[in-house]
Formats: sequence, structure tokens, C-alpha cells
Amino acid sequence: MADRFDVRRQTGFASMAMMCFFLLYLPIATLVVYAFNDNESLAIWKGFSLRWFHAAWNNSLVIESSIRSFQIAAIAAILATISATMAALATTRTKPYRGLTFKYAFINQPLMVPEIVTAVALLIVFSRIKIWTGYSGLGYLILAHTAFCVPFAYLPIRARLESMDLSLETAAADLYATKWKTFRHVTLPLLWPGILAGLMLAFVVSLDDVVITEFVKSGGQDTLPTFMLGQIRRGVTPEINAISTVFLALSIGIVTAFFFISRKRT
Amino acid sequence: MTAIRPAVEAKGVSRIFQGAGQDAVKALDNVSVSIRENEFFTLLGPSGCGKTTLLRLIAGFDYPTDGEILLHGQDIAPLPPFKRPVNTVFQSYALFPHMTVAENIGFGLKMLGKPKAEIAARVDAMLKLVHMQEQRNRRTSQISGGQQQRVALARALAPQPKVLLLDEPLSALDYKLRKEMQIELKRLQHETGITFIFVTHDQEEALTMSDRIAVMSSGKILQVGTPWDIYDRPAERFVADFIGETNFLTGTVECAESGKAKVALRSGAKILAMAARDFQPGSQATLMVRPEHARLVKGTGDLAGTIETIVYFGTDTHIHVRLDGGEAFIVRQQNSRCASCGFERGDKVGIQMGDGAAQLLKD
Repeated sequence: MADRFDVRRQTGFASMAMMCFFLLYLPIATLVVYAFNDNESLAIWKGFSLRWFHAAWNNSLVIESSIRSFQIAAIAAILATISATMAALATTRTKPYRGLTFKYAFINQPLMVPEIVTAVALLIVFSRIKIWTGYSGLGYLILAHTAFCVPFAYLPIRARLESMDLSLETAAADLYATKWKTFRHVTLPLLWPGILAGLMLAFVVSLDDVVITEFVKSGGQDTLPTFMLGQIRRGVTPEINAISTVFLALSIGIVTAFFFISRKRT
Repeated sequence: MTAIRPAVEAKGVSRIFQGAGQDAVKALDNVSVSIRENEFFTLLGPSGCGKTTLLRLIAGFDYPTDGEILLHGQDIAPLPPFKRPVNTVFQSYALFPHMTVAENIGFGLKMLGKPKAEIAARVDAMLKLVHMQEQRNRRTSQISGGQQQRVALARALAPQPKVLLLDEPLSALDYKLRKEMQIELKRLQHETGITFIFVTHDQEEALTMSDRIAVMSSGKILQVGTPWDIYDRPAERFVADFIGETNFLTGTVECAESGKAKVALRSGAKILAMAARDFQPGSQATLMVRPEHARLVKGTGDLAGTIETIVYFGTDTHIHVRLDGGEAFIVRQQNSRCASCGFERGDKVGIQMGDGAAQLLKD
């Protein structure tokens, strides 16, 4: 033990790491490859083809549920980011007080509570409200998604606020900026990368939610993930692979875009 | 020092920080001070003495527990910082990283709602004043520390505040740049005619730059005066000790009258000293002598001792003498042609003091 401890030299480390990467990426790679398979079967490779992408594109149910997914994700992510920004400001721009830790836990509650519990709870409450109001639109899904997206938006925004130099806001106040102007001209521009990160994270999390959506949705309100779940029950076709591949490409695209945006700003 | 009208006045200001338990910290304890218009005024003291707290109270970043802060006679203590015609140069500069140099300088004027043309003209003038015209479109992260310092100054001066507050603005700069900026600050103060309140713990900086200095310790102002007053006529031992190098000797007062006192030292030597206050004959008192106000002689002087160490400093030499009474004493001699002017380690020497070189201080 005289040498410096290096985890990479430990026996079994390399093989363990390889196994993790395998489990993580091999299935995804397989899924993507078979999306281009010119065969009904998922197991037998026949040749390269884009027919499953065509099939998905021409399936009105796929398009409809995709549009619904994006609608919900966009609105929920924006609402969640706005509330998360306010929550982050309220919990960082204050002197520490008793109960602040409790407040953090309260805000991050959706990360802790099992999703199925939230889903059942929401189902019960929303079904009551549906009876009282008669409203059965997308609002319920948007509200539910907003609620569980808040902590995902909150964490990067809070991290950004905490690393920000407080003397900048003091300097703005010294230079005749009111509280609002300080926020508008100093805090907000510096907070942007955090807000963008929160927004994208919330968007992606909303986009692939299944459990809560499955419970809360009314008839004909399938999002892309719940639609896919329904399809799989009737047997998997490579069309699902094709949809998943597009989904994957979109996610990678969003994350990459964010990476470059945030790098440019800092 | 023509106008005697005070620019800033603190009247009985206290700031008490309530600690976590029962202990409350008195950062400022009943401080009263009057700062004149167009003055370069320095708050000097060790860290934790309350100098920055006083500055923050004047800026409005904090509010006094007790007392009044007047700006040209008007009580500003309840005003938020953005309503005070006072600007600050921060220790960390606090430049806005998402703005260019010019946008930083124009920020205060923009917040005041000045017309665009006026802002542009003023920013140009400021850039010229601090010699930063070529960097106007740079980001603040793309300029050097010294340049950031200039931008911070220009940004605080641009709205033409009545008072400029400077919170140890030179502490992050290296020695040479600091010397340059000291002269630069004096020039800016002279050219703008704005009252500067400068906070520092560096006594040399305070002496070279200030019109007047307030020496602070433990939340109190111990003495306010010109650099000469502070250095040559310190009011008490702490001030004499904090500013420059000093020899302290303890003695017994034999007689005291009309600003002079005769003091007997442990060795029996009797010294005639300046005494700004009354001292009771027979009482113990501290005698202070600046090292450069004493001179070594080969024969008998006011004091006698043996040379212990000779330290050469280039411009001058410090000679450490052990007095016959056992006290340590340092004499500083300006170096002329001879290196130690015939004095060697172990020599028996006398120490001659000029008129008024020795002063009696209260402890």
C-alpha cells in the first residue's frame, strides 16, 4: 500500500466497468440497428431499409401522440422552470434559517416519493375534479407533469445561483438598480445557463414519463411513451424500434445543443 | 481643506451582530466621525476592527443598530443603497461578467435612466480618465487585474457620486501595480474633486494617500488626524504600534507640566518627553521613540546599550541595541557612504534623541 491508491489498478475494475458499459449501450445499439432491419422479425437481419420509419411517419396515432407529448413537455417544462426559478431564488437569496433544509426536501419531494404513489394520488384527486368541473382536457396531464418536473428544473438553477458572486447584486444595488432592475439586468442574465439546463432537463423528463401519464390520462390522451407501451402489449414490431431511435436522436440533439449553448455563455 | 462642511457624518453609530447564541458582536461601538468634502479620508485598522462595517453602513448594504449617518446633513441611514448618491469600489471589483468594459461603466447611468447620448459621452470620458479607451469592447474576463481595477473605479465614478467608497481596492494587486494605482487614485481624487473614503489595513498606503486617517480598533475610532498627526503624535499605544515601527519603553513619571514630562527608566536614565495629556508623578507610563528619531553616538547619549544586530536595508540600516536596563531598542540610520559608519556588533554605544522624539502615551 506504499503506492498511491488508484482505483483503475484494482483487480476486476476494468471488467466491471466493461460490463456496465455493455449493459448500458449494447441494448441501445441493438435497438438502433434493428430499426433499419428490412424484416418483420426483431431477431433476423434481412437488409437495410427505412420502411419502419416510413410506417411510423404514416401512422397517425404515432404522430398524434408525439405532438401531444411535445405539447405537454413544452408547457410543463416552462411552467416548472418558472416555479423552480422562483423557488431557487427564494431558497438561496435569504439568510439561512431553521426549516430551510426541510424546505429543500419539500421542493425535491417528487424525487423521493415513489412515482406510483404520486400517480395513484393524482388519479384520485383528478377524477374528483373531473366530476365536479366536467373538464377532461390535457390540463390534468400538464399539471401533473409540471409538478414532478419542478425538482429537475430546480436543482441546476439552484446550483447556478449558489455559485454566483453575491457582490455582483450588491454592486448593482450600489449603482442605483432597484431590486427588480438588479434581477433583470444582473441576476437573470447570469442565471440563464442554469435556467436553460433546468428547462431542458424538465422537458426531457416530461417527454419520457410513463407511470404518472398512464394513470392520469383520459381516453384518447396517449403520449408517445404510453402509446408505445400499448403497442408493445400487442407484440413488438420494428416500428417501435424506429420510433425509439428518433426519440434517442432527439434527446441527444437536445443535450448536445445545451452543452454548446452553456459553454458559449461561460 | 477649505470647506469645513462635512460630506459624511456618523453620529453615535453602533452595529451589533446578533450571534448564534447569546453572544452579540459589537462591530461598531458608538462611532462618531466627520468626513470633510473633497477629502481623501482613510479608515485604517486591523481586520475585524469595523472599518468595512462602517463603509457598508455608509453605502447602505447594512443598517446601523443605533445612531445616524448624515450625507451633507441629511440622514441617509434608512435609505436603500440604490437611493444613495454614493458609489463603491469593491475589494473583489464585482464587475459584471456578462457585460463589456463600456457597459459596466455605463451601468449606473443606465439605471438612473439617463439619455443614451449622455451615457455614451460620460462612458467615453471615464474610459479616457482611466486610460482604457482601447479595451472598451472587451469582456471583463479578458483584461488584467490592474485593468479590472480601473474599470471598477470608472464604473463607480461615472454617475458622479458625492462620495466614493473604496473597500481595500488595491489588496489584490501586486506591489508595483499597487504603487502605480496609489498615485492614480490620488490623481483621480484630485481631478474629480469627489470625497474618497478609503478602507485599508495597510498603514503605509494610508500614510501616503490620505488627507486624514481614522485609526480603528475593536469597533472604535482611536484617533483621527493627518498622516503626520497619526505617525508623529499618536494618541495612544495601539496607534503608535500599528503605524510604523516604534520603540516602547516603560518608565516612571517623575514630574509633568506644560506638555512635558520627565521619566525615569529602569536603568535609571532620565528622559524628557512630550506629554499630550496630564500624567500623575509616580505613575507608570509608556515612552515611545520612532527608530529614525534616535541616533547612535560613540560616547554617552540619552540612553546607553550594546549593539546586538545590524540589519542592512539598502536605503537605511536598522541597528538593534540592548539597553543597559534590558529593553530592546532599534535605531534606524539613513545610509550615506559608509556601510555601518564604524559601528560593530558588541560595541557599547550611546543613543541620542532629538527634541520631542520621545513621547509619553497612555496604554
